[in-house]
Amino acid sequence: MSASDSRELRIVGFLCNWCSYGGADTAGVARFSQPTDLRIIRVPCSGRIDPLFIVRALINGADGVLVSGCHPRDCHYAEGNFYARRRLETLKQFLSATGIDPRRFEYTWVSASEGQRWQHVVTEFTRRIHELGPAPIMSHVSEGAWFDAAAPAAAGQSCPCHG
Amino acid sequence: MRIGVFICHCGSNIAGTVDVAAVARAAAKFPDVAYATDTMYACSEPGQEGIVQAVQELQLDGVVVASCTPRMHEPTFRRTVERAGINRYFFEMANIREHVSWIGKNTERNTAKAIELVRMAVEKLRRNRPLIPKRFDVVKRVLIIGGGVAGIQAALDCADGGQEVVLVEREQSIGGKMAKLDKTFPTIDCSSCVLGPKMVDVGQHPKITLHTLAEIESVSGYVGNFQVTIRKKARFVDWSKCTGCGLCMEKCPSRKAPDPFNEGLCTAPSINIPFPQAIPKKAAINPDTCIMKQKGKCGLCAKICPVKCIDFDQQDELVTVDVGAIVVATGYDLFDWHKYPQYGQGRYPDVITSLQYERLLSASGPTGGHIKRPSDGKEPKTVVFIQCVGSRDRSVDRPYCSGFCCMYTAKQAILTKDHIPDSQSYVFYMDIRSPGKGYDEFTRRAMEEYGAQYVRGRVSMIYPKGDQLVVRGADTLAGTQVEVAADLVVLAVGAEAARGAVALGEKLRVVPDQYGFFVESHPKLKPVETNTAGVFLAGACQGPKDIPASVGQGSAAAAKVLALLSKDQLESDPQVSRVTPARCVGCGKCVQTCPFGAIKLVEDRFGNPKAEVVETVCQGCGICTVTCPQGAIQLEHFTDNQILAEVNALCPPRIRVNYAS
Ligand code: SF4
Ligand code: SF4
Repeated sequence: MSASDSRELRIVGFLCNWCSYGGADTAGVARFSQPTDLRIIRVPCSGRIDPLFIVRALINGADGVLVSGCHPRDCHYAEGNFYARRRLETLKQFLSATGIDPRRFEYTWVSASEGQRWQHVVTEFTRRIHELGPAPIMSHVSEGAWFDAAAPAAAGQSCPCHG
Repeated sequence: MRIGVFICHCGSNIAGTVDVAAVARAAAKFPDVAYATDTMYACSEPGQEGIVQAVQELQLDGVVVASCTPRMHEPTFRRTVERAGINRYFFEMANIREHVSWIGKNTERNTAKAIELVRMAVEKLRRNRPLIPKRFDVVKRVLIIGGGVAGIQAALDCADGGQEVVLVEREQSIGGKMAKLDKTFPTIDCSSCVLGPKMVDVGQHPKITLHTLAEIESVSGYVGNFQVTIRKKARFVDWSKCTGCGLCMEKCPSRKAPDPFNEGLCTAPSINIPFPQAIPKKAAINPDTCIMKQKGKCGLCAKICPVKCIDFDQQDELVTVDVGAIVVATGYDLFDWHKYPQYGQGRYPDVITSLQYERLLSASGPTGGHIKRPSDGKEPKTVVFIQCVGSRDRSVDRPYCSGFCCMYTAKQAILTKDHIPDSQSYVFYMDIRSPGKGYDEFTRRAMEEYGAQYVRGRVSMIYPKGDQLVVRGADTLAGTQVEVAADLVVLAVGAEAARGAVALGEKLRVVPDQYGFFVESHPKLKPVETNTAGVFLAGACQGPKDIPASVGQGSAAAAKVLALLSKDQLESDPQVSRVTPARCVGCGKCVQTCPFGAIKLVEDRFGNPKAEVVETVCQGCGICTVTCPQGAIQLEHFTDNQILAEVNALCPPRIRVNYAS
């Protein structure tokens, strides 16, 4: 696979503990080989994923962010992934307005038994990110404006738009 | 903070494609890391001992183990660090086996990735807080909802296991669908002979309290401590006095209402004991048809009753019980076949359901076990069975297989031949699905020994001709049209979720699937658990099931309950949400989004509304944390700061914010 021959890019994954992290484990146990670019952050539920985390990763220079949760209706916490879906879809629509290529972000559903599907998802997403190439440094933001936006985010826990 | 990092070789599982020594060397340079080493098998006895020793000798406050998935050994290592004397939440794991060594072969890349994952774990650990689980007492009593065969089995097993049981049944008697059946497949043993004794046991068991004609009004609380309010419907008979002699039934002048136990094949008096083996065997008045309740006069039963137990003024009664666990065994309902225009939608009296046919076959049924067709009471000679009525049919939104109809149809075909030796049965089917023990042999017997004619194809229409019904369908194997002149048509109606299941699910916080069946916690490994701790499922409320499967699940649920109630105290998981009152503006958004109702608004001492988390109810999903516009509610162990620290560890901020400038 071409992705592993070229330079590794930076891809961050947010996975829910119950389904998708389990699915990634299943893929590992089955030795389904995957590109190495992805690093996974485990969260209890896809509903725990604040769009802020994704934006933060992208601002900090991630070349891609992948979110995966339980299939809708399968959520361990009853309806967390419905909340996730709404938030993530909104984020996706919104990203292009920020100058971040929305193709660098994707969300999907993988269950704990779907090791093969996880391999496919990772491979495809990694290929997409390699096609897009390394994320551009956001140079069109003036340093001053950048500080204005970044300072509260770095200081507090919440995203700057929430005050 | 002093952190110790242990990189596991896992034999050659990790060390084969990760330079573990290099990872340890890199980890030693991370902030707060006081010690880093590699170890052969971290989870083994010597491996764990090494961690304990290091913690004690080097006075570490936190431990990172880079090894397999936390879904495997996180509990193991948490116990280890606790044994070493530090809080179990000062532990983090980096998954360098399933997510690194097993999915890539390039040692250089794997090593770099492992180092980053360890860095991520260290950064998270630096922000961990000690969390202490709360302990609380367990109420040693179990509520079982539904008195069908699954609920009965669960009740008996729990009670025999020494626990107090409260069994709540919506109908007047326990027994459920099974009590209505004549014989059961594949053994053709008599249904009420197997079930009857169990029902009696329930009625007599000193540890079982039975509430029939009762429904669940409300449920609150959490695992180990549920409070359940039960509505006992007015039955207008004092059951403490009623002896079940049945004199009142004989004299009741109102007998126009269809008899529900006999599936409407005959009528029942307004004061009624549903069937001879009913448990409890007590009479109850149906206020909708009772002349006294409707018109204010009659009262014949009150005059006749030898123990004077009729009470026309009786009211519904609310009972509240504390229980530690709940088993849901609410079963299923039959599909309403009137949605099929091709089957006459109820216009032809000789088109009946499979359960009605069971009552015709049953010696305790309305015909004394003689098959008589409803229209004229004649004995049918040609009986046509139509399978998959409301099963595997997208057009009526029932795409699933009901699972037991193939079998009961074969049984009914066999019993038909037994009852009427010169009869001929036809079975229209889609596929025969008979995977149980002895099941396939059974359906073959129906065909080969009892001569039932199996025709593969759906029926396109039924129309009357003389005093018969013509059933027209396709034979997809022969590729022809078939028409059968039938005396009686029996529809093998499928199963659907019991009415009211969704509403009950809301009270219990158990989610129904798109068809209203309750969803189990894990389809393979947790088939009787739900995602609400302490609530278990048994029988067909989880999906269509036959008797053996329902009984098996009843026992399985009971085993889970007994394991739970064998503990005197439970620990609540401290990975729950916590509110910072100073930040909370009391908007209540978190209250609305929490799927478990674990957050409530309370007033602080200035009268301002503030969110408060009920720790024992919170399941730790963190949906509220993302919802809160203030960042006021944070999921412990997965706070925004902790997750952002992981993000920053993977993607270091490009611009350092310099506040001095
Ligand atoms: S069990 Fe047989 S008759 Fe019943 S729905 Fe499934 S295939 Fe149809
Ligand atoms: S959402 Fe946040 S601010 Fe609103 S009530 Fe809940 S904790 Fe308080």
